[in-house]
Order: sequence, then structure tokens, then C-alpha cells
Amino acid sequence: MDLLSKYDVLGAFWVTVQLTFYSAVGALIWGTILAGMRVSPVPLMRGIGTVYVNVVRNTPLTLIIMGTSLGLYSTLGVVLTTKSDKDLLFLPSNNFWLAVLGFVAYTGTFVCESLRSGINTVPVGQAEAARALGLKFTQTLGIIVLPQAFRAVIAPLASVLIALTKNTTVASAIGVAEAAVLMSKMIEFDSQYLFLIFGIIALGFVILTLPTGLFLGAVAKKVAVKR
Amino acid sequence: MSAPSVLYDAPGPKAKTRNVLYTVLFGLVLAAVAWFTISGLAEKGQLEGAKWSPFLLGSTWTEYLLPGLLNTLIAAGLSIVIALPIGFVLGIARLSEHRWISMPAGALVEFFRSLPVLILMIFANELFARFMDVDRDVRPLAAVVTGLVLYNASVLAEVVRAGILSLPKGQSEASMALGLRKGQTMRIILLPQAITAMLPAIVSQLVVILKDSALGGALVGYAELFAQYRYISNNYQNLIPTMIVIAVVYIVINTLLTTFASWLEKRMSRRGRPTVGGGLVEEQAPGMEFTGLRTGDNL
Amino acid sequence: MRFSKGLRIGAAAAALAVLAACGGGSGGGSGLEARAKSGKLVVGIKFDQPGMGLKTPTGYTGFDVDVAKYIAKELGLDESKIEWKEAPSAQRENLLEKGDVDMVTATYSITEDRKKKVLFAGPYLTPGQDLLVRANDTSINSPENLNGKKLCSVKGSTSAAKVNEKFGTQAGLQEYGGYSECLTGLESGAIDAISTDDSILAGYAAANPGKFRLIGKPFTKELIGVGLAKSDTKGRDAVNKALEKMMTSGAWKAALEKNLDKSGYKIPEPPQITEK
Repeated sequence: MDLLSKYDVLGAFWVTVQLTFYSAVGALIWGTILAGMRVSPVPLMRGIGTVYVNVVRNTPLTLIIMGTSLGLYSTLGVVLTTKSDKDLLFLPSNNFWLAVLGFVAYTGTFVCESLRSGINTVPVGQAEAARALGLKFTQTLGIIVLPQAFRAVIAPLASVLIALTKNTTVASAIGVAEAAVLMSKMIEFDSQYLFLIFGIIALGFVILTLPTGLFLGAVAKKVAVKR
Repeated sequence: MSAPSVLYDAPGPKAKTRNVLYTVLFGLVLAAVAWFTISGLAEKGQLEGAKWSPFLLGSTWTEYLLPGLLNTLIAAGLSIVIALPIGFVLGIARLSEHRWISMPAGALVEFFRSLPVLILMIFANELFARFMDVDRDVRPLAAVVTGLVLYNASVLAEVVRAGILSLPKGQSEASMALGLRKGQTMRIILLPQAITAMLPAIVSQLVVILKDSALGGALVGYAELFAQYRYISNNYQNLIPTMIVIAVVYIVINTLLTTFASWLEKRMSRRGRPTVGGGLVEEQAPGMEFTGLRTGDNL
Repeated sequence: MRFSKGLRIGAAAAALAVLAACGGGSGGGSGLEARAKSGKLVVGIKFDQPGMGLKTPTGYTGFDVDVAKYIAKELGLDESKIEWKEAPSAQRENLLEKGDVDMVTATYSITEDRKKKVLFAGPYLTPGQDLLVRANDTSINSPENLNGKKLCSVKGSTSAAKVNEKFGTQAGLQEYGGYSECLTGLESGAIDAISTDDSILAGYAAANPGKFRLIGKPFTKELIGVGLAKSDTKGRDAVNKALEKMMTSGAWKAALEKNLDKSGYKIPEPPQITEK
């Protein structure tokens, strides 16, 4: 097909996949830290965790992504790439990692809330029983609470990560060359094939999200704790 | 907050000292981040009065921010009003016993749930510009609303389905026993109850729509709240402060809506009604069942 | 049955919304002169380009705006009767083809491609692609100095890529949705140069006195014209007449001086009208 040879469709979706992957890893870590803060016994951590989650998840992602480029990089001088300042690839690489940071900051709040609600599904009696048996804090958490919480959390976490895949299109706002940028470019030069272009891009996203969703949905159902 | 947690016991003297230590350490980290941000902004002159004073002028609000906010609310309002009935039809169709109804409805829902809203908006915008006679004044709005409706109708369809499935089986059995037909059961017995259960989810979906409408401003050219940054910053050369102010407006409005959603949910769960989760999970994944389902016994 | 009433209201509102979205065009005009005689003119301009076309809290300013006002005056229309509409770059042809605006003065370059869809009058300005740098940055004095520098342009514009092609330089490219993002980066040092038409750059330099410097070595030549509906040849002649008068009377130069003051932009000689 003409369009497929003219445009690097696979390359653009590869960027989408990379954005998703690094952001997902980061968001899982950051979300766990946030959840840790929100359930911690230290009031200051709880307070900051709550404020952070509520502020960030109520902000449009577009603003957060633009903020990483204009605020963090342009104004505060935060550089996230090892490439030299003079390198031609400095800006693309830096923008990529800035976008990843933005997605981590945003998606982390949803990961945190999923984890927290997962922990809340574990009845207090479970931990009380564990402590009565003489298990230490780490043991209570590691052997009793988290394994149960984790099962309850698979479905919402999978939703969050798949939503992240779709959200990576917002990186186009700071010029990261992923699938949405490619779509705009294709439309600009070959708009007579609008439906074909839409079909190609749509198919790409269906392939990236639907099988993962079906698979993780089935897994979540299988391991769910019946109460 | 001080209720016993599943994770830890009431702190003893040792834990209390440790908590104080953590508080101090964490406070230091926070202070460092704050100092880095504020000194960085100050160094680049972003905290100068001249960059912020425009937001004390009435004209900045009446000429830019408030009309922009109005446009945001129009787009969000239209989207939810149009998406709701479509969502109902799709959600109910997907529950149909006839495969030739439930399969296509399911396919539509899964397809549009797996696409980014931005892609749908870009497509709709070009579609209207090229192939349809949509007046210029409303084309960006039409594109934004179309993108939001296609996505959110499919999301709401799943909320509807989850809402109906969350009802006790006895409801439909009793209604059948009374001799009501399937359509009547759905219309008179199931849907009215499901809608109440869905209210929190619908309100939180509105937050998602409000946030997503900013995409229309950034990338499709609809003059909503976010897009006002271009006009304001070109008049006053204050892009960073403008973005901060716009972000605050979004945060205030969305926080109000989120709070309202969880208030609704709490009130309903107090009355022992099942709810389909508000607040928590913002997005659903294609191929999966709606995950925000809660029966009001937790949180 | 509470809910089904609500549903009906919802459906009715949705139907209304769709109707509202589809109905009502601005009627279109039968030529610029006829529209002016009817007492109202709709003009498409940029809303976010200081110096050329800018929406301010108190009205619209810029060189493009002044040109449109002058043309309206020559057509016998008071400037208060002009309705200004935003004409983003990607939508200008569409606006004219559909009759949503009667005339476009929005830094509109005359090109062969566009001539297939719309009619041009003018040109009334011949800017060239140039570079805007920080006032205190002496390391960039011509496009050849851009090796290892960071160059900013806006989405859908090929100006930045063109610089690298034309001068064989290796400048890093940053793309944003608008020039105000580029300017923020330029001011803070994250970006080293912005490239587009010098008239646009001059507007930004004038809006930020003392901060930026125009290189002043334009390396392309654009023709900025007035866009009109494809069939409106009478309107084109009238506009050309008005432009001619504006350029010879000194009003043209005065408007440029007023809008691009202190920007380092050298006011050129008025161009020859070629679109006849």
C-alpha cells in the first residue's frame, strides 16, 4: 500500500509503545510510593500524598505534558537525556523523557488510587489475625495483606495502564513523534485518504489495547478473591 | 484517618519517635523541591508582578478566561447530554439475548473504547472540514464534541451494563413473576434502579470529559479554556503564569465535581443502595468489564 | 416512569444540539463590494500574533488589522462595522470557500496551490524567512551559525526544517503548537532561535522590547496578500485600488511603523501589486 511505504507507521507506533512501556514502569513505581505515602502513619506524608493525587488527577494531561516542556525544561532547566546539548538528537530525546515524566506524574495518581482501594478491600480482621499470630509488620504486609490486595488490583491497574497507552498521544503537544503526530502529518499531505488513514491508526491502537485488555480482564476474573 | 489501619497497629513510643523522624526528613525533601521550583521560577523572572498582574484585571477574565470556560462547559455539557442516550442504547443492546444485537453493540463499544480521544477528534475535525457542510463557527466544537461523544458513549455503555448487572437477580425474577415482559422489566424495574446506581460514575465521567476537552483547545483549535493561553500570553508575555492560572481553574472545577461524585456515592451507600464506582477509576480499558463496581461496603 | 421522561428530555436536547450544530450559515456574500454596501464586513485575521493580528482586551490591533480597516474605509465602510473572525492558518481557504468570511488578512502567503482555491489581491507585504534570537546572544548572526543550536517552529510549518536543508546546518528542531511556547523557550535559553517570516518575528520583538533581536537577513521572499472568494474579481480590483492608495499615501508606512516599532525590522519599500 502506498501510504504504508510513504510513512513510517511502524516507527511511530514503536515510539508509542516505548512511551507506554517506560511510563508504565515509572507510574507503577511512583504510584506505589504515593500509595505508601497515603497509607503511611506519618500525617505530613498522608497530607501531601492526598493533595498531590487530587491536584494532579484533576489537571488536564495536556497541561501537564506542556508543563514538563515549558516549565521543567525551559524554565527550570531540567534535562533528562544523556545526549549532549549540541547533539541533533538532544531535543527529541529530552522531549521523549519529559513526556514520560509527565505520564508517570499523572498515571501514578491512578495507580496509587487503585492500590489504595485494593488494600482497603482486605478486611482489617486479616491483619489483626496476622498480628495476633505474632507476625511482624513486614510479614503482615508481605504474606497476608499485599497478596490479597494485589489480586483485587489487577483489573483496575490494567485499565490504568491501557488508558496510558491511549494517553501517550498527548505527547504530540510537545512534538514527540508518535502515532498522533504521524496521523496529523498523513492528513496534512494525503487528506483524500482520510478514512484509510483513520483506519490504519485506529487498527494500531486496537491491536495495542484490546488483546491486553481481554487477557488481563480474564486474569483478573480468575484470581479475584471471592468474599 | 486515625481509625485502625489494616497495615499497622497503633504506634507505641518507639514508632512515635520514628514517625517524628520521618516527618522531619520528608519535610526537608519537600522544602528542597519547593525551593528549587520557586528559585528557578524567580531566576527566570516568572514571579515578576508584571507577569501576574493581568490576572487581577477584570478584562483578562471577561475577555478570555470566562468565555473560554463557558466554551469548555458547553463542549462538556453537550458531550454528556448526547453520549448518555447513546450509551444507554448501546449498553442495553449489549445485554440483549439476541446475538445479532449484542454482538455489533459489543464490537462498537470495544472499538471506540480502544481509541485515544485525540485520534477521534483529529479525524472528526478533518471529516467535517472536508466532507461535510458544517459551519465554520461550530466546526471545532462539533469535532471536539464528536470525539468526546464517540468515546464517552462507549464508556457509558459499559457503566450502564455494569449498573444493570449490579442489581440483585431477584428484581428481574420478581418482575417476570408478576407477568411483565422483558422490555417492561428493563424499563420499569431495572433501568430506574440502575440509573441511581450509575449517578456517581456519570459525574466522574464528566471530570474525564472536562479534562479531555482541553485536547480540543491544544490540537484542534477549539477556543475553550485551555486555548486561551495563546491570546493571554501574546498580550502580556506571561505564558508560564497563564498556564498555572488555567490549571488552577481546572483543578477547582474538577475537585468540586469529584467531591460531589463521592458525596453522592457515600450518601447512596449509606442508604444501602449499590453504586457503580465514582471517583476512583477514571478510564476503562477495552475488552475488560467495568472495574469501578462497588457495593458500598468499602471506602 | 421518572427516568423515561428524563431520557426524553435528554434526547430532545441532543437533537436540538445537533440541529443547532448543523443549521445556520452566515449566508455568504455576493462579492466584497456588495457586502460592504450592505453595511457589514466579516474579516478573517490572526488573533494571536502581536504586531500583525492580535486580540487585545480592548479590540484588535496589528498591521493586518490596519490594512483591513483601510480597505473597508475605501469601500465606504466604517471600521466599527467590521466583524473580526479568527482565521487559523490551516482554515483560511476553507473560510473563504464557504463564505464564512468576506476577506482574509492573516499573514496569508500567495502560493500557486492556494490560488486554485481562492483569489488573492496585493501583495501588500513581502516578508522573508528570518531568525529571531535573544538580544544578548551574539553567536548567531546568520542561518549558517545554527550548527548545534536549537531552532523552534510551530506545528504544520516547515520553516525550521527548511533552514537545515537550505544551509546544510545541523540545528536541533523543536515543534510546538504556537509561537508563544517558542518565545518562552527562547527567553529562558532552552531554545536558541525561532524561524518564520520576519514580519511575524518583528511583531514578537516589538511586544518584548529589548529581549529579542531580529537577525535581519531574510533568505526567502514571501508575498503576503489579501484572500478573497475565488469568483470575486471585482472585489480584488477594489482591494488592489485601496492597497495602491494606502501604499502611495504613506498610510502603509505609518501603519508598519506603528505596529512593528523598535523591533529592528527595516521598513521596506511598498511592493508592486501583481495579482491583477
